[in-house]
Amino acid sequence: MVSVEFLGPIEIPTMQLEIGSLAELGEILRTIDESKKWLEVSAIAINDTLVDSLDIELKDGDRICLLPPVCGG
Amino acid sequence: MLEIYSGALDVESILSRWYRLSLRDNCGAFVPFVGSVRDENGISGLSFDLYEPLLKSWFARCSDRVEKEGATLCMAHSNGNVYLQESSFVCAIYSSKRKIALSMIAEFVEDFKTDAPIWKYDLIGKRRIYALERSTPLYGSGILS
Repeated sequence: MVSVEFLGPIEIPTMQLEIGSLAELGEILRTIDESKKWLEVSAIAINDTLVDSLDIELKDGDRICLLPPVCGG
Repeated sequence: MLEIYSGALDVESILSRWYRLSLRDNCGAFVPFVGSVRDENGISGLSFDLYEPLLKSWFARCSDRVEKEGATLCMAHSNGNVYLQESSFVCAIYSSKRKIALSMIAEFVEDFKTDAPIWKYDLIGKRRIYALERSTPLYGSGILS
């Protein structure tokens, strides 16, 4: 089981999912209208590290975050 | 050092404290930057969400870069609402001589705008509107699309 948290302006409650890869997560989120629209502009962090590849195996207890575009200051 | 505050920053107090640290460390140059909320587009203020775990690790990397040049980096940012003529972002770099601090502050502020995990919203009436058009995608964005 991994948790998927949606940060900033993405108003989706945290999900708990039985998935083994980011590719599987992408498949699920593309089927949900509210998450689909954020995928193109959102970065992904696994256990608070940004990643740039789908070729990452997920482990039980991993924490995944979706981070939309940022603007501090 | 990284400091996070609820609401507007007390700029004078924060900068005064950091300035005294620079004197204690025998630095000859102290270069601050302050970001304030200006009156534009009918807003009453701005609002911010922060993701602290990633903000802290991002800041630690920036701080390491600055320290390798023999300088010190300080930053404070607001969480929540900040209104017109208040300030939400303060940073400073201090070093023994001016050139390092002057050049690194500009680089840091630009990195901050594109890499710090902070989300900005316009406060208009009772609405809190995400400033998507002024925001920048983070590293690796779009891999799930």
